[in-house]
Amino acid sequence: MSSPETPLHLAAEIGGAGRHPGAWRLPGADVPGLVDAAPHVRLVRTAARGGLDLVAIRDSFVPPSGDPDELGDSLDAVAIAARVAPVVPGIGLVPAVTVTHTEPFHVQKAIATLDLVSSGRAGWEVAVSRTPEEADLFGRRSAAPVSELWLEAAEVIEAVRLLWDSWEDDAVIRDAATGRYVDRDKLHYVDFEGEFFSVRGPSITPRSPQGQPLVVVRADDPEALVVAARHADVVRISAPGIAQATTARLDVQAAAAEAGRDPSGITVLLDVEVLLGETDAEARKELARLEALTPGPDPEGIRHVGTPGGLAALIGEVVRAHAADGVTFVPLALPSGLDAIVDGVVPLLVGAGARPGTPSSGTLRERFGLRRPAGRHAGEVRA
Amino acid sequence: MSRKQVHLAAHFPGVNNTTVWSDPASGSQTDFASFVHFAQASERGLFDFVFLAEGLRLREHRGRIHDLDVVGRPDTLTVLNALAAVTERVGLAGTINTTFNEPYELARQFASLDHLSGGRSAWNLVTSSDAFTGENFRRGGFLKPEQRYERAGEMLEAAKALWLSRAPEVGSEAPVVGYASSQFSFRGRFSVPRSPQGHPVLIQSGDSEQGREFGAATADAIFSRHSTVEAGQEFYRNMKDRLPRYGRVDTDLTILPAATFVLGDTPADAAENAERIRHEQVSPQTAIAFLEQVWGRDLSAYDPDGPLPDVDPDPENVNITRGRVRHERDTAKLAREWRELAGSKNLSIRELIVETTARHSFVGTPKQVAEQIDEAVQADASDGFILIPHLVPTGMDAFVDRVIPELQDRGSYRTEYTGPTLRDHLALPYPT
Repeated sequence: MSSPETPLHLAAEIGGAGRHPGAWRLPGADVPGLVDAAPHVRLVRTAARGGLDLVAIRDSFVPPSGDPDELGDSLDAVAIAARVAPVVPGIGLVPAVTVTHTEPFHVQKAIATLDLVSSGRAGWEVAVSRTPEEADLFGRRSAAPVSELWLEAAEVIEAVRLLWDSWEDDAVIRDAATGRYVDRDKLHYVDFEGEFFSVRGPSITPRSPQGQPLVVVRADDPEALVVAARHADVVRISAPGIAQATTARLDVQAAAAEAGRDPSGITVLLDVEVLLGETDAEARKELARLEALTPGPDPEGIRHVGTPGGLAALIGEVVRAHAADGVTFVPLALPSGLDAIVDGVVPLLVGAGARPGTPSSGTLRERFGLRRPAGRHAGEVRA
Repeated sequence: MSRKQVHLAAHFPGVNNTTVWSDPASGSQTDFASFVHFAQASERGLFDFVFLAEGLRLREHRGRIHDLDVVGRPDTLTVLNALAAVTERVGLAGTINTTFNEPYELARQFASLDHLSGGRSAWNLVTSSDAFTGENFRRGGFLKPEQRYERAGEMLEAAKALWLSRAPEVGSEAPVVGYASSQFSFRGRFSVPRSPQGHPVLIQSGDSEQGREFGAATADAIFSRHSTVEAGQEFYRNMKDRLPRYGRVDTDLTILPAATFVLGDTPADAAENAERIRHEQVSPQTAIAFLEQVWGRDLSAYDPDGPLPDVDPDPENVNITRGRVRHERDTAKLAREWRELAGSKNLSIRELIVETTARHSFVGTPKQVAEQIDEAVQADASDGFILIPHLVPTGMDAFVDRVIPELQDRGSYRTEYTGPTLRDHLALPYPT
């Protein structure tokens, strides 16, 4: 955490049966339920019970590989978030939505509407589609280099943010005297012209409860880091160790400063893959079991295979090293992994004073210390 | 033989002057609570589905955003997914444009909704080709008007190929689907197992010859405009007669005209309410705007309570209103008809517009309205109606509480849902 009065931020990533490719074959995995609403509601409810700030709902267009050892099925993440929102209060909902083969106009109204149905708890994890397999599902363009994908993503974020502000908060006037439902001077064409697309606006959707839903970017690549530093409210980083995470966080802050932003307004969350057991040996045994079911790739970053106490200690180190403002737990297996975090780890963090005992309420932006911004056209003097 | 059953759906009142916003009972058009109230009332009424319209660009009138009607809508699919959380049985139908979407993404979104709602999704396919809406999208106005149905047909064929490529089991084989046509060329495996309904219920609303044929070939339900008995019967027969060409039978296609209603405790009350609502729907400013659509020119200087303009319509300027369904009729002819009507009945501009645009389909006591609806259905003017109330969010409440029991007493309406899915409500076959 950047300062003692700032609480440690906690997030969890959910998707499929967990990040480990063997997880869907564990007895605890509810494989038939992966396409049903109830298990998703239960997962998010668990995270909310733990007072987590948000759940990141993984998604991409990457199609099933055809390998029967891999589970490639998934539902649309915005759909899941919207289905969960009305029945699970008190937690941010951050679906990943890709921008490479999709329409910026559709993306902006989907997230604004998620904000509406969740009463101000929506976020958007901006993602790109890198692979030829994804490009083939659309057939409209070839897979592009990562640098190009993130240049485009930056344009999409810019256009989306303009569209989110294209309605002023008080545009609907219902003025019976003049017969006008809306004050058209408070609806704005965005006329965004980028290198990759243009969009006229205004949005068809009024300004959302948060005004600007939380924008999350994973700074996995140097190209993504630049975009994250320039546009994101929350930056997810991944690093092989705490020292590297500290460096990564400094990189984000430096890039933000270079882009003219106040780095302290940006929250950096460190990914931590998690597999918990009552003892280190038990946790390692569980990992071996997963690997025997389907061997997984090397860890994408820091991975904790051990006890809840060990994970709490690791988080303490993250805080002391200023490696991040919080962590995103990435359970290797679901739903068991999230249960173990919420029941085993969160109480330890609360006990250590790193997290408030009662979950905070309010909008997702507020959880990250961000006020509801005035629309960019608010208060404009009109002729 | 048991009596023919009435099918009912509820259209969330939207972005046109049918929706009265000036009434004190009119709540937010966009708050989620309004959608929840509306959907839960519809479910209480054992409706087949709730229906959301869509427009992908704000309407303009004389080059400026039209400000007299309700403006603004949330995202259709996101609202429907959220409504799935607060309802259990009622179907969830959304209008989605076939021009500004791509098959893989849309098929995945609808399959997701169908799973997350336990088989309650429906897709109202609309086509468009206008460069006006296209300005909000990457490809702009890329589609020629004559290719609208070509794209819609290929979109649906492609989506079906994806939906039906999978077995229902998670982790089941996902074969490579390849699709190539004039509009699309893609290949890959579909990431969503077959959804509870196989695919969403398909609704079609185009009324052109092409639209009707597309509906007969592909749709599960038709959202028509022919709500009077005579026009309804003609359309109904016309549509059902097209089905054998596609190896389909009458019960494979449900015909649901749009309909409005006004209730009252007595026939006189109802008539009085109808008159009041018609005037709320046509404010003085709305009357002028309507006239401008037909005249194709600025008529803001005219008094809505005065006589029709003496100037003639400008035939070159029929696109004065953009982003909405246009009058497809010959505007010069329409103007002549309106002049004659106004002259013979001594109507002001506003009275004329009230007279010609704001008719209600069903007006009466709850018992009378039930009778009118039932008789239309029994006479094969339709299989039921998509009801468009004039108020958000309470517009369906009185109908549900007072008309539905009358329909049930007539033996023409279900007393409980018989199955979990929308296909069950509509007694439609499951796709194979």
